[in-house]
Amino acid sequence: MAEEVKLFGLWGSPFSRRVEIALKIKGVKYEYIEDDLQNKSALLLKYNPVHKKVPVLLHNGKPIAESLVLLEYIDETWEGNPNLPPDPYERAQARFWAKFIDEKCLPALWKALFGEESEQEKAMEEALQNLKMLEKELKDKRLFGGGGGGGGGGGEESIGLVDIAANFIAYWVGIIQEAVGAEILNRERFPVLYKWIDELLSCSVIRENLPPRDKMLAYFISRVQAAKASK
Amino acid sequence: MAKTDVKVLGAWPSPFVMRPRIALNLKSVEYEFLEETFGSKSPLLLQSNPVYKKIPVLIHQDKPICESLIIVQYVDEVWASGPSLLPSDPYDQALARFWAAYIDDKQWFPSVRGIALPQGEEGKAELMVQVFEGLALLEDAFDKCSQGKAFFGGDKIGYVDIALGSFLGWLKATEKMNNVKLLDETKNPNLVGWAERFCSHDAVREVMPETDKLVEFAKMLRARFKAPAS
Repeated sequence: MAEEVKLFGLWGSPFSRRVEIALKIKGVKYEYIEDDLQNKSALLLKYNPVHKKVPVLLHNGKPIAESLVLLEYIDETWEGNPNLPPDPYERAQARFWAKFIDEKCLPALWKALFGEESEQEKAMEEALQNLKMLEKELKDKRLFGGGGGGGGGGGEESIGLVDIAANFIAYWVGIIQEAVGAEILNRERFPVLYKWIDELLSCSVIRENLPPRDKMLAYFISRVQAAKASK
Repeated sequence: MAKTDVKVLGAWPSPFVMRPRIALNLKSVEYEFLEETFGSKSPLLLQSNPVYKKIPVLIHQDKPICESLIIVQYVDEVWASGPSLLPSDPYDQALARFWAAYIDDKQWFPSVRGIALPQGEEGKAELMVQVFEGLALLEDAFDKCSQGKAFFGGDKIGYVDIALGSFLGWLKATEKMNNVKLLDETKNPNLVGWAERFCSHDAVREVMPETDKLVEFAKMLRARFKAPAS
């Protein structure tokens, strides 16, 4: 049976883009279906009844949801350029930092940028602390890495689970900061993280799988305006 | 491997701490259990888990691994010759990861725990709805994962069993303290049967805290951290 891979996603969603990056690194051919936010498609509700969210991958008719679950599934299913290393301890570390990003970094950043004014200061502090911890974890590595396929070669082989999971930090934060008029992430505060951002965005598989900057910026600006209007 | 090669930092009432212990038991791995004193964090804990400063922590050959489900996966991968905790089929594996993430990341356990805390009737009713909704989903998940067998993992205890089963102690304690039935034979026949099998399993029995002890512990917590009047 010919293999059928479909991805339900959203052009602006970092979670959706994570999965696309992972599929592209492995060279997996897939059909992309853009979800309609206003009118959650019947298919999405069918394939992800629990969370009703993208991304959802349909592999030979069987659905899987949750981006980090998908990154591991993609690694297990398709050979070559793995995003997780073979050593169990290093795998545990990668999973730890990916979880840290999703459970701590992203919520704190989001709150610091979009939260209620009363919550913003505290969220800002937390976001800064979290980013500092990430920086510490990077140390002198060019990428969080852990991707198999040969050390130090750079490029697609070294991108790992954590690099992919941190895509929001590498790309979206900068855009949202501009839209909102805040500054959490900057080169002076986080020189090591910025080096990582430069390195990550220099990888073509990453760069080519990001939403266009002007379109993303326009989206966030309109969100900010809508929020102000409703006050 | 020498017993002292494997240590678990934890505390008896914590459902999260139970998880690595069950995993190690299933793999027949001997380990040293280092109990944290309630109300304080040992230097070893702070050093081993600087990011979260929380239990459980597995220390294997002096290397710390944190976050209960990450530890369970680590145990599965290191002691690969023992019974496997995650399914070998990638799709089944993804399903198991999905449900474990649902159990941990969503409102479910906080809702269970929330019922035990002092609050108004309305707040409690709302939490109960969340718990029941979660249980309904999990009842369904059991069907899909077990494929007619005894556990989410099939014939043997697996990843999802460990993720969900570790909360059974607190579930029962909450039921007792509030005189309410959360796990009900009529609504969740699958889960009720599964819960009994899980709790009586050799690998689980010795680490599952007694309901009465948890109730006492919860009372102590309540008295210590008197919640503000709602």
